[in-house]
Amino acid sequence: MTELHNMLLTAVPKFPRGVRLKHDEARQEWVLLAPERLIKCDPIAAAVLQLCDGKRSLSEIVRLLASQFNADAAIIERDVTALLQGLSDKKMVQM
Amino acid sequence: MEIPTPSTIGLPIGLLAELTHRCPLACPYCSNPVALEGRNTELSTEGWKRVFSEAAKLGILQVHLSGGEPAARRDIVELVQHCASVGLYTNLITSGIGVTEKLISELAEAGLDHIQLSIQDSDAESADKIAGYKGAFAKKQIVAGWIKAAEFPLTVNAVMHRANIARSAAMVELAIELGASRVEIAHTQYYGWALPNRAALMPSRTETETAVAEIDALRKRHHGEIVIDLVIPDYHATYPKACMGGWAKQFINVTPSGKVIPCHASETIPGLEFWNVTEHTLSDIWYSSPAFNAYRGIAWMPEPCRSCDRREIDFGGCRCQAFAILGDANATDPACHRSPHHVLMTDIAEVDSNGAIGDYLYRKFPANVA
Repeated sequence: MTELHNMLLTAVPKFPRGVRLKHDEARQEWVLLAPERLIKCDPIAAAVLQLCDGKRSLSEIVRLLASQFNADAAIIERDVTALLQGLSDKKMVQM
Repeated sequence: MEIPTPSTIGLPIGLLAELTHRCPLACPYCSNPVALEGRNTELSTEGWKRVFSEAAKLGILQVHLSGGEPAARRDIVELVQHCASVGLYTNLITSGIGVTEKLISELAEAGLDHIQLSIQDSDAESADKIAGYKGAFAKKQIVAGWIKAAEFPLTVNAVMHRANIARSAAMVELAIELGASRVEIAHTQYYGWALPNRAALMPSRTETETAVAEIDALRKRHHGEIVIDLVIPDYHATYPKACMGGWAKQFINVTPSGKVIPCHASETIPGLEFWNVTEHTLSDIWYSSPAFNAYRGIAWMPEPCRSCDRREIDFGGCRCQAFAILGDANATDPACHRSPHHVLMTDIAEVDSNGAIGDYLYRKFPANVA
């Protein structure tokens, strides 16, 4: 369990080809575009996904968000992991 | 009476561009209208570019480049490049026939985001018969390889009907073998060429229910490996589909000649006035054209839709289907079990499913249209 957890934290989330994060000017919101799929991002998801640049690890993303929002890193980690795992199942993020 | 206004209409998200009705295949369930538009009526390169620029400004996020066969347009790479330059997400919907390895790499360079490839069956001989094109199945396998070699995300689209419904699970396995990240198992929708071919295409209720259950099981087994989307078989449904996510609510369809329609079958409804991009801006058409406003909102709805708790879930189903079956585009979609005419739909399905397989009216241009 701990090993799996550590593996997840060192994973570098990125968008696979065919998936794009875009700021939708007409609606003034962030959207994640994928084949026949479109996810409107709430402010939290938008903040997480904008940090997924294919270079930062999940633990770095958690640390940045925890300091940005002055929040408990354990709670942020749980939320970020759940979001990215869900998107990974839908093939919208690679871990 | 609720009158649609720009503030209640909202913004469209997707645009289906039927770049051409020309296609090497002759599938008997093609969604194009039976009266195909000829090459000489097609919008020019500049005409399409203007449509895409206006679409991006209007709020469209995704463009589906379709046909016919979109690769039959010599300017396909230029059009993809233009879409990418105005920030649109681009999806090429292709049969793969006429596509070369060089074209795939040019499309990648132009910024194409995704490719959807149609496969007619997992059995080669049957697939070629359905497509009305010898060698189509083998060619598509090669094209899928080129698509994956160029690292495109691939969706395989398979339209299901009586000749192939027993192999719907095999179609999913084939899509995985071809490297698809998404597969669309689309039960035939009876519009366009599929309507006159209904008796040659309709599967029985038992075959349909078996196929739907198999796909459901595969979705669980392959969770996280491939996304499986199912387009439901209307004639064996309990509730109607939320057609196009609601009439003129999310989508715009542009025909090869620039006619702008709410869905690919809407021209079958008599009396609707459609506007053309050669005479109006896309924004004007979206907000003000009579055809787009005809069935917006819920004011047009008859009972049992008007007081139904699902009226904003499925929007009364499909207007084109209500017209095709009942001759009344304002009626509740008879696919709904609450429609007083639902039994007609199940009767049609039962009678048609006893027709002869493979006795197709193939899609083709009339002799006088190029």
